[in-house]
This record gives sequence, structure tokens and C-alpha cells, in this order.
Amino acid sequence: MCVSTRLNVLAHTMVPDHQIMNEEEVAGLLSLYNITNEQLPKMYHDDPAVKTIGAKPGDVIRIIRDSHTAGRAESYRLVVKRPKK
Amino acid sequence: MPSPKRIGKIEFGLLSPKEIRTMSVRKIIWADTYDDDGFPYPQGLMDLHLGVIDPGLRCKTCDQKASECPGHFGHIELAKPVIHVGYTRLIRKLLRSTCRSCSRLLLSPEEIEKVVGTEDELTGDVLSEKDIKKERLCPHCGEQQLKINFEKPTTFSEIIMEEGRKIEHKLTPADIRARLEKIPDEDLRHLGINPDVARPEWTVLTVLPVPPVTMRPSIILENGQRSEDDLTHKLVDIIRINQRFKENQDAGAPQLIIEDLWELLQYHVTTYLDNEVAGCPPARHRSGRPLKTLSQRLKGKDGRFRGSLSGKRVNFSARTVISPDPNLSVIEVGIPLAVANEMSIPVQVTSYNIEELRQMVLNGPSRTALDRPCGANYVIRPDKRRLRLAEGNLETVAEQLEPGWTVERQIRDWDIVLFNRQPSLHRMSIMAHRVRVMDGRTFRLNPAVCPPYNADFDGDEMNLHVPQTEEARAEAAILVAVEENILSPRFGGPIIGGIHDHVSGIFLLTNQTRWFTRSELLYLLKNIDVTSLPEPGLVQGEEQKWSNKQVFSMVLPRELNMVFKASSCQNCDTCKRQLCERDAYVRIIDGNLESGTIDKKAIGAFDGQIVHRIIRQYGMKRAAEFIDDITHLAIRSIMFDGFSFGIDDEDLSRTEYGQIDDVLKTAVLDVQRRIKIYEDGQLEPMPGRTPEETLEMQIMQVLGKARDRTGEIAGRHLGLGNSAVVMAVSGARGSMLNLTQMAGCVGQQSVRGERIMRGYDERTLPHFRKGDRGSDAHGFIQHSYKGGLNPTEFFFHAIGGREGLVDTAVRTSQSGYLQRRMINALQDLKVAYDGSVRTTGGRIIQFRYGEDGTDPMKSSFGDPVDVKGIVESILKEEV
Repeated sequence: MCVSTRLNVLAHTMVPDHQIMNEEEVAGLLSLYNITNEQLPKMYHDDPAVKTIGAKPGDVIRIIRDSHTAGRAESYRLVVKRPKK
Repeated sequence: MPSPKRIGKIEFGLLSPKEIRTMSVRKIIWADTYDDDGFPYPQGLMDLHLGVIDPGLRCKTCDQKASECPGHFGHIELAKPVIHVGYTRLIRKLLRSTCRSCSRLLLSPEEIEKVVGTEDELTGDVLSEKDIKKERLCPHCGEQQLKINFEKPTTFSEIIMEEGRKIEHKLTPADIRARLEKIPDEDLRHLGINPDVARPEWTVLTVLPVPPVTMRPSIILENGQRSEDDLTHKLVDIIRINQRFKENQDAGAPQLIIEDLWELLQYHVTTYLDNEVAGCPPARHRSGRPLKTLSQRLKGKDGRFRGSLSGKRVNFSARTVISPDPNLSVIEVGIPLAVANEMSIPVQVTSYNIEELRQMVLNGPSRTALDRPCGANYVIRPDKRRLRLAEGNLETVAEQLEPGWTVERQIRDWDIVLFNRQPSLHRMSIMAHRVRVMDGRTFRLNPAVCPPYNADFDGDEMNLHVPQTEEARAEAAILVAVEENILSPRFGGPIIGGIHDHVSGIFLLTNQTRWFTRSELLYLLKNIDVTSLPEPGLVQGEEQKWSNKQVFSMVLPRELNMVFKASSCQNCDTCKRQLCERDAYVRIIDGNLESGTIDKKAIGAFDGQIVHRIIRQYGMKRAAEFIDDITHLAIRSIMFDGFSFGIDDEDLSRTEYGQIDDVLKTAVLDVQRRIKIYEDGQLEPMPGRTPEETLEMQIMQVLGKARDRTGEIAGRHLGLGNSAVVMAVSGARGSMLNLTQMAGCVGQQSVRGERIMRGYDERTLPHFRKGDRGSDAHGFIQHSYKGGLNPTEFFFHAIGGREGLVDTAVRTSQSGYLQRRMINALQDLKVAYDGSVRTTGGRIIQFRYGEDGTDPMKSSFGDPVDVKGIVESILKEEV
């Protein structure tokens, strides 16, 4: 039997905050680290959190999570299409 | 240096038969190697066109001598094609995805488009076996497809359904090759194969390259016999079978014989390429040893990649057994004279040092005694010629010496060398020490540097390397020196510190209060550099006395303030502080030990609170000096009273033995009572457990408690007068559990955390009744090690002990491989100047190292700032 209520992954305590960054923020990020978006860490387009916030391949996502060392840590990921297999 | 280039693409292709024939210099047809005169047969496996290995002969292809000729390939024309084992996967994929009659892809253009994309818009994906439905009709010619069966190592067959029965029809390599040949180039591109460099039929060999003799040299044994390389042996087999095959074929032999020979040829070519294929018995040498063929040369730890290309061998290194010398400084290493005489450092001759170096040349290569100045082993002339110094030529060479020459002088005291113990698991496994030339044949090191190397002296060997350039020596002194590696980046605390006797010794010195006379004080301070004595703490008439805490304070830096609890602290509910009867409350005010005992918590490796504070306040160098002082003081202290342990130290009095017996008896009875309750079915199971599990847990608990009680009884009798207690309390070695097992009771033996259950049917040993659940039938040892185990107890003890051994063996191999994978994944990451962690390609792994940008080595046990320590040292009290 299958329960059909959709789980909102973002509401789970273990899932950190995901935000889609706008173009200006992305440009600022890339120039801050002097990189192209290919050099950013990646995440797949079918990641449950990515699907929930509605990000598309090419978007950059800001992830804010609690950190053992720093208290709060920001990380950024480029959404890419999951390759076959 | 040219700027780094990004790799656009890498092309992998197959060697075509045409290419093999063009690069070949000779067709090989004879299986024999040398004739009776020891001369290679023309067109044999050792043909002179393939290169030469014997000195004196010249290569018939390039006319060069053995040392210059790189070798040249030959080839063997195979009588019939055979499959290359390395490509069986690819062949299977191609056979399953193409038509058996027209060899086109088993997909219509629309279906292909779905995966690969249209011409203008490629998805970048390629077709795989999974995209093709099984046993369908060919969309191009309508042929019914059959299931292709693949059997390791190289057999392919089609399955035909006939009258409900399955019939396997074997495909010969020739059939397979014919099918592969027909696959159109366009279809191959959809499968991710570039037909320009890799036509699929090239995976079925028709011609075999013969590697040059230079990569399979024969060696001449002492008795003058030639011994051929494994590859040559295998090639001989191939040529022999190939020859026979051809003869049979020409003679029109029956199909059965041809098939057998074909299979044999396939076997030999398979094992020639890879002798460890699944489902194929390895080809063996006459002695029974499996042959080392092509794949085995490349694979694995000693293979071409890991063994020959990544593996480095070095000169200027030494290896010998290590032994301890507590009188050395931690930054020193003792080196045997014999080693020191062999190891050298190149020194450029200048007008400033020419006289000094000339003297070294005159001293020659053999230094006969420790107090003799060092000599030199070689001199290098400006034309790079190397002259070996020997008794005869010392004067002449010394005479010729002038600026521009280089002298390779022997190492001497205070030179810097790298010292290493395998496995090199962390950076502290290689540290730079200062040389101290010594007698004997072993490397000597201060036992305080054992923890970073994880060394002991039960026969461990260590390696030593002598840096040869100024840069290397500077790097060693600034980055690799022992003083720079006292702190471990693993946890931000000191990894070098007192061990074993250092901890016992300093504990015995500083525990409670003692008074020393002047001569006793000087005995203790003998190995420490002190210029003046403090005011005596006690004057009794004529006699001046100093307290043990005063003695310890002499090695502390002034202005040191700290308060902490020693490892002998019992964590009482309310701390009595200075009035602690165990003297575990340590207070250091302005560099004076006011109260408390110094032990593992204060100076031990891994803990060393005082060492840690000194590093933070005064730096690594002062800390190294402190460790030297503390180890020297501790060794003198432990010698002051003497420290030993004998069998009678485990003796208890009659009362204690009586009490222990009582405790064990009640426990055994209690177990029996609980078993009775269980057998009567009265046992109330614990939530989520069966009655059996509940009973087992109860028994384990009762017996565990009983053992602890015997430990308490024994502990009551054995006080700080007992060496084992001193070691356990101070944290030097062992614990009260070890003492319990020696004097009280060894306790329950277990396998996987449960009582021992294995053995005979329903019992562990034939000495017990079936179904006996009693304590003694399942590995409870009532006796102590001192008292001695009875035979069944001894057997159970061996079972429990074996589990420990197996666990360690399994763990080390697993964690070793884990470590290797980790290193391979992380080795090129670095922290960039902006604090981000990046790969060599500039890709970001972490935006800020460790998310807080803290160097763990400079942290205080993980925290970026040691707030408690700073406040304490200013307020001079506990916070």
C-alpha cells in the first residue's frame, strides 16, 4: 500500500535551507572566487530539494547549513542534469 | 615553465592488423629460440631483428648496440582468428545490439534519435545494451534475433529454441569477426565507438604482435644455461600450436580436431594476455608457478604503474633496527658510525671553506672513532667526474682541490636528516632530526618521539634519508623538524610527550609532598641544565630541604599559570580542590607547582596539558626543551626510588581471598537461581527481547558485577606502594582492569559480545552436560592470572583471545585500503589563498576550509581560540 501524501523534504530537520540565487548574486559569487560556474560544486536536477524549490539546470543554489565548526556555513551548488546511469 | 594546459579530449583506439604488420620488422615462424651454438634462429623468437640483449651483438634492424637499441616488434600470423580476452565485454555488447544477419543496429532511426538526440541537438548519450529489447526482429531486414550467451572466458554461443528445447550453437571467432566486420560505421558512432581508430573486428586477433626481446630478456644462470622470460615461454606455446594448427588445416584434418586446436590456440593467446582470467586455469611454469604474463606485468602493487612508475627508490638512505636512548634530546637521532661513514652531503668548494674541506678529504672515507672529525667519500670535479676517495689518493686529491669542485663529506653531529617509520600514515611519520653519531649498530631515539611514529623497540626498523641540497635542508629544518610537529593536526594537541616511565617517574616525584636534601636534589637534576637553585622550602637547623613540587617547578617556565585536574582525578561530586586526598588538583601559579600531581594529563603524549600551554605561550621550541627536561627529570626520579613489579606484587591477604571467593560463589549461585527461574518459565522478558536473551543479559551483568567487585577488593589491598597501581593511576600503562584480572578474577570470556556458545551439540565442551547454561560452561573464568586457570578456563580464554587477534588483522587491512582510497581522492586538494579548498583544476570543494577556515594544528583541541586557557593564565585561578 502506498501513502500518497507528498513529503516536503525542505521541512525535514536534516535538510538545510536551499535558495535559488538570482543572476546578480551568482555574478558576485563567481567574481568573489574568480571562477567560472563550471568550477562550482554541482548537484543533480532531480535532487529532491532541487525539485521542491523548482530550480532548473544552470541555476546556482545557496545552501545554508549548521556547522560544527563555524556555527553557520554557506555553500553554493550549480544544478546540472544527471547523466545517464 | 609553460602554463598548464587543459586536456581537450583523450582518444582510445585499437591496434589494427594492418598497423601490427607495418610496425613489425619480422614475421616469426619458429618456436625455437637459440641453436646449439647459442645463436638466435632467424625468424625465431629471439631473432636479431627484434633487438639485442647480449653485449657485443648488433641489432639487425637499427644496427645499434645492446645498450642503445630500444627493440622492435615482430608478428605472428595466426592460422585462424582468436578473441582478445580484454575485449569480451565489448564483443558481447556488439553482438547483442546488432542483427545476426545484416549486422545493423537493432533499433529504428526513431528509436536511436530518442536516446542520442537529433543531428542538431545531441544529448551526449550513447546507446547501451539495455536500450535494445531482447530477441526481437531486426527493423532493417526482419530477421528473428537469437539470444547470445557468453561463457567466461571467451566462448560465445547462440541459443536456438527447437521443439521446446534449447540448443546452444557455438560461434567461432571467425563467425564473430565476420559479424563485427559488417557493422556500419554510422551505427558504431551511436554506440560510442569511433570507427576511424577502433573497428570492432580488430578485437578479434588475426595477427599477434611479438614484443621486442628487450622487454623479455633471457637470463643466463650460473651453470651457463639460458632461462627464458615468462612471455617468451608463452609465445613459444602460441607458435607451436599455431604451426600444428596450420599443418592440420592444410592436411584437411577432420572438423573435430580443427576445433580442438582452435580452442587450444585461443587458450594460449588468452593466457598470454592475462593469466588470471576467471574460468580459465592459469598457465604454469614447469615448476608449477603461474606465469607472469602481460596483464600481470601491469596490474597490482608491484605492477608497472604502482610498482615501477609511482614507486620511487632513493639513494642516501639507511635502514636499521631502532632502540631507545632517554639521554638523547627528542630532536636528535642516534646514528651508528658505520652508517654515518656511508652517508654524505655534497659541499661546494669555495675560497672560504677550502681549507676545511681539504682536511676532510685528507681524513678520507673511514672515520674510526666517534670523536674523530668527519671525512669525505667522493669529490666531484667541475667536469662532473666523480672521484672515489681511498687510502691511496687522499693527498693527491686534496692537493688538486680548488673552488668549483664539490666534496661529498660524511654526515656529522647536528646535520639534519629525515627519519621515517612505515606505515607513513600521517605527516608526523616523517620528521627531521639532528644527527648524533653513536656507537653500536642501531638508530637511537628518545622514547618520547615514539607516539608520532607509533614505534616500539620489539624489533622495529626505521629509515633515514639525508637531504642533499640547501633547499631540502632548509625545508626539513623549517617544516619537518620534530619541534615543528609536536602538535598534531589531527586534534590540535601535543602528540609528543612523556610515555611509560616518564609518566610513572614524574608521578612518583610529584605525588603528595616529599622533601629532598641538597645532594638528593642534585641527583634528580643531574641531566637538566639549571644554573641556580631556588630558596630551600624548609630549613631544619643546619639542613636545607627542597620539596618535590619545587623540584618539578624548576623545569617550568616562569609566568606559567594553569589549573586542571590530573588523570588520577576521580571526578568526585564536590571537588575538594587543594585538599584532595589524591592530590589530583593541579595548580601552577607563576611557574610554581602549588598543588597536585603531574601525570599523563599534564605531560603525556596526546594529552599533555602543560606541554600544550607552553606551545601556545612560548612556542614549539620551548616546548621541545620542556619535553627534554621533563623526560630527563622523570627518568632520574624513577631511578631515585626504583620501580619494579614482580609476581608477589599480585599477592593479596587471606581476608581478601576469602572475600573474593564469597563474591564469586554468590554470583555463581545467583546465576543458577536465574537459570532455574528461566527453566520454570517464570522469567519476565525485557521489552523487545526473548526470554533467552533476557537471561543471557542478566547472567552477563551478574558475572560482570562480580568481577568488578573482586577488583575492588583487590584494589583495597593494593595501594600506591604497588607499581601496577602507580602505572594505572598515573596513566602510564595498564588500568585497574588489568590488575583485577591479575589479582582478582579474569572474568567472562566472550565472542562477539556474547558468552561462548559454540562447540559441540548444545554444549561448549564434552565436559559439560547438554543444555548446561551455568557460568563455568560458557566461559566464565573464576580464577585470576596469578592463581592460574584450569583447563576449561584456559581453553575459553584462548577462544576469547583469538577473536581479538582476528579483529586486529582484519581491521588493519581494511583501514589500510580505506586510507589508500582516501589519499588517492584527496592528494591534490589544496587551500587557496582565498581560504577555499580547490582541486588542481581550480574547482571548489569547500568555500572555506573546514567551514571556519581554522588550521586544526593551530587550534586548541578543535577550538579556534583557547578561551579557558587565556582567562586562566590571567586570573591565575580555575574558571
